[in-house]
Parts: sequence; structure tokens; C-alpha cells
Amino acid sequence: MATVRLSFSPAPVHVRTARLVGVAVARRAGVAEELLDEVRLAIGEACTRAVTLHRQYGLTDLVTMEMSDSDSYTVRVIDHAPIEASVGLTKLPPDELAAENLTDDALTTGVGFALLAGFVDDLQVRPVDDGPGTEVRMVWPVTRR
Amino acid sequence: MELSLTTRTVAEHTVLEVGGEVDVYTAPRLRERLIELVDAGARDVVVDLERVDFLDSTGLGVLVGALKRLRTAHGTFGLVCAKEPLLKIFRITALDQVFPIFPTVDAATERDGSGPTS
Repeated sequence: MATVRLSFSPAPVHVRTARLVGVAVARRAGVAEELLDEVRLAIGEACTRAVTLHRQYGLTDLVTMEMSDSDSYTVRVIDHAPIEASVGLTKLPPDELAAENLTDDALTTGVGFALLAGFVDDLQVRPVDDGPGTEVRMVWPVTRR
Repeated sequence: MELSLTTRTVAEHTVLEVGGEVDVYTAPRLRERLIELVDAGARDVVVDLERVDFLDSTGLGVLVGALKRLRTAHGTFGLVCAKEPLLKIFRITALDQVFPIFPTVDAATERDGSGPTS
């Protein structure tokens, strides 16, 4: 079982690095090539969500991403924002997406969650065990070579 | 790949060609450019996504913002996209029901009534 852990300050520029690392480890773990675009997008969405929450709450704590490849490829993205921040994780219906009264943040959050739910079959969003924060856990199958 | 933004005029439409990655880091530049175009008087705007190789929720949010801005200004807004991975993103988010999406710039800039709508 190999585990890779990446921690980064909550800056948008680091989300790209997280995507690159997440896909590189996925490829090494044996995730099917045709799933890698979805892995890249999902990791990007989870990390974007974490970075955005830290910035909204003025938190300088590091965002953590853990990748493991025991029986499957599991990615956990952990933030430290107050747990109520996760309440807004709902998919928006089409007629509300371009509504004038919908804020940009609410739109991006709703669309981001739709992408996570759409691209990750095995997705869990739950409070972290210690202190404030949320863990987004995503699992993909691997093919052993 | 870095974000690239190039503007040209096709059949009285302002076509913004976007290339590279549109994400939480680069999307603010795309938002600024779209606001500049509308502020400068562009009313029929087409965003060409053919050279985009990554698009996330932040980028989608910027595109919705441009659609709303042009709707308020009584303009039109359309997207050019024929790449299946990107089209899947629009379907999953239901934004394919919000944006007029065309396979080519020519299709998006036609003036026969099938072009972009507000």
C-alpha cells in the first residue's frame, strides 16, 4: 500500500499542482487511462472547494490531499473550514443556474458539486474526526498490472 | 498549459478564442476579458472553447456570468464546443440547457436565426 500526501497553502495556483500529482499517482496506481480525465476534474473540484472555503473564512491552514492505492485508488481532500460551510453542497436545477439572484459563489459551488457527483461513483463528504473541517473522499477502481 | 485569450470578429460577432486550462487560478482573467468586451460595446459574443483542455466549475461560473451580463445588455452569447469531454461537463451540470452550444464558429455566428440567443 503506497500513500502520498500533499499539503498546500490555500492559493488557487496550487490546485493545478494538486491535479497533476493526483493524476500521476492515479496512473501509477493502475487507474484506467480513460478515467484519468475524470480523476483530474474531480480532484480539481475537491481542491478548489477546499481552497475557496479557506479563503472565504480567512484560514491560512494547509489543505491536505491524501492518495492511497491499497485495493482501489482513494483520494481524500481535507479542509478546515467550519462544518456549516458544507451545507450548501446541493446540485442546482437547470432553471436556477442562470437565475439573476443566484450569486457567483453559489453557482460555482452547486456546479462543482454536480461535477463531483457526476464523475465520482464512490463519493463521500463527511466531517473530519478532529476539529472543524470536511473530508471529500473519492474512490476509483484500479487494474493491477 | 497556460490560459490564452484571443479576440477576433466574425460576421459581426465578437469571438473570444480560449485555450489552455480554465480553472480557479485562471478563470478571473477570463472574467475580466469578458467584462472588458461587454464594457467596450460587444453585444453578440461567442466563446470558442475548442482549444480548452481543462474547464472546471469556476470557469463555468464565469461563462454563466457573461451570459447573464449580455442578457441584461440585450445581447447574445453562445459557445463553440465539439469536444466530448467538455460536452459531458455541460451535460452533467445541466448547463447544456442554459447555453446555446455550437459545433463550429460558423454555426455560432450565422445570422439566420439559428445563431446564439440571449
